[in-house]
Amino acid sequence: MALQLRRLSLGLAKFQQARNASILTSLPETHELLRKTCRDFAEGELKPNASRFDKEHLYPKEQILKMGEIGLMAIVVPETLGGAGLDYLAYAVAMEEISRGCASAGVIMSVNNSLYIGPLMKYGNDQQKRDWIQPFVNGDKVGCFALSEPGNGSDAGAASTTAVASSDGGWKLNGTKAWITNGYESEATVVFATTDKSLKHKGISAFVVPKPTPGLSLGKKEDKLGIRGSSTCNLIFEDCSIPKENMLGKPGYGFKIAMSTLDGGRVGIAAQALGIGQAALDCAVDYASKRKAFGQSITKLQSIQNKIADMALQLESARLLTWRAAALQDEGKIFIKEAAMAKLAASEAATFISHQAIQILGGMGYVADMPAERHYRDARITEIYEGTSEIQRLVIAGNVLKEYGV
Amino acid sequence: MSLRILVGCKRVIDYAVKIRVKPDKSGVITEGVKHSMNPFDEIAIEEAVRMKEKKIAKEIVAFSCGPTQCQETLRTALAMGADRGIHVEVSGPEYETLQPLHISKMLAKLAKDEQIDLIIVGKQAIDDDCNQTAQMTAALLDWPQATSASKIEAKDGSLQVVREIDGGLETIKVKLPSVVSADLRLNEPRYATLPNIMKAKKKPIKKLAPKDLGVDVSPRIQVVTVEEPPVRQAGAKVENVDAVVEKLKALGHA
Repeated sequence: MALQLRRLSLGLAKFQQARNASILTSLPETHELLRKTCRDFAEGELKPNASRFDKEHLYPKEQILKMGEIGLMAIVVPETLGGAGLDYLAYAVAMEEISRGCASAGVIMSVNNSLYIGPLMKYGNDQQKRDWIQPFVNGDKVGCFALSEPGNGSDAGAASTTAVASSDGGWKLNGTKAWITNGYESEATVVFATTDKSLKHKGISAFVVPKPTPGLSLGKKEDKLGIRGSSTCNLIFEDCSIPKENMLGKPGYGFKIAMSTLDGGRVGIAAQALGIGQAALDCAVDYASKRKAFGQSITKLQSIQNKIADMALQLESARLLTWRAAALQDEGKIFIKEAAMAKLAASEAATFISHQAIQILGGMGYVADMPAERHYRDARITEIYEGTSEIQRLVIAGNVLKEYGV
Repeated sequence: MSLRILVGCKRVIDYAVKIRVKPDKSGVITEGVKHSMNPFDEIAIEEAVRMKEKKIAKEIVAFSCGPTQCQETLRTALAMGADRGIHVEVSGPEYETLQPLHISKMLAKLAKDEQIDLIIVGKQAIDDDCNQTAQMTAALLDWPQATSASKIEAKDGSLQVVREIDGGLETIKVKLPSVVSADLRLNEPRYATLPNIMKAKKKPIKKLAPKDLGVDVSPRIQVVTVEEPPVRQAGAKVENVDAVVEKLKALGHA
């Protein structure tokens, strides 16, 4: 079914007004319906295949296409460009449900929505939006985001990839980007390179580069612990020429673009972590309800109940933080601290919950017959990418101290 | 052709839920339990939407009878592509004893009031497994029926329907207006697209009471008791085939 380019007569502003702060108690009706649709999709299309994608390191091409048809690969993009025209809360809800089915499908969706389309929507001109967003909304083509390098992850300002101006007004890129999700399947990348080293991090600019392109080659596919359905590799630029129209935003704005993009990406990854955590909790409770020890179901044992309470508490807390960050983003307010809190809370919740899920399953948690071990492996990356937990803490502390004026 | 299609969508306990009987044995626990649209009714909606996309149908009316939460079921139908919904509100003890005959009477009245050309319902609901509503509705309207449909083709004012029957597949031709019940292999229902979910909120749902349709929903049955199926007993091993036959005879099975 082709994605229909109908104009929504419903003003998004009107819709946001109607959806007031009561996300503290429940989602608005449309978002509940959206959640149900995504959950049904995840249960039907992702959950039965997630183990196979993981074991075989298989990119879920068919499922990504179906997700594209529903509108999941460009949730916040306006319908005029072929997107679903929804809000960031809808994105967070959808990300959680999809990731609950398959964490790899979740990250592929998140990178396309937040890290690739995100900066193009915010900083791209009309031509760039038509060229680089429109073909990437229906799951057929996906994009990626290249900031990290072998020599710097957290220290993004130290980017050593260079972009030298060519005589025709274009640019020549040289350098290597590392840990790029969707590296293999993507047909375009947003990449950050230094245009003026003397300006340090204010000398970094953003570019969009098509793939394949002469001078751009891929490193080997990384053999990861988890999210094995998504490809991760280096992007190697060797005298890679790009036309001047491919600079994204103003020269020297690259660092700013990267940081603001990552804020949005953090809500997406927080939601991915919620999905993994929920899946692990579901697995643990289901197992515990059927397992007997000492003459009764282990759900009656205090040790198990304590774990389940702690798991549910961390998950719910992280979920509320995630929804709040998304709601602030929808209201156009600054949400840097809240996004960092959401990502930190959700990723630590995911690792905690999946750890305890294995514990509840005992020996069964350690073998591939049950999904607990996959959730454990998938959860681990959420504390690392799109800003390590350590960086999130620095961001939060910086903002809190600023609020106190100290 | 431009048919107006009425589709019945029943709200039932979700197929994946483990059913539990109430302690007082008066019924099953429905409070706080996940409900969804009857899977066969999803197939019915999908077929109607496909007919609209092929320009065979011009309007799809989704119908549901039950408590307030049936509105959610109707919103799902609207998100899948139905144009408007009709909710006949019945709740409490009357809802517990609602029977296919009541629903058939409602569908028949609506078919006349709304000038319906085709009624599609799921072949049965996964909670009562009655497989009666389509048949009764057709009889009340004196319309032809094509039940357990696995393929529907519209041709010059009639439908050619392939039915799944015990012996295999039967192809029949039914004139319109008619009643069709959807079987499992008729189609695979779509996931609603995100924009359609948003648009579903604007589509109208008309609320009616049974008496507005002249239907009396007072109980025709009384539920005496609801019990879990007996716990499966252990089997017994015997030495050879003769011993098996002996055992079966002794237990009165042969």
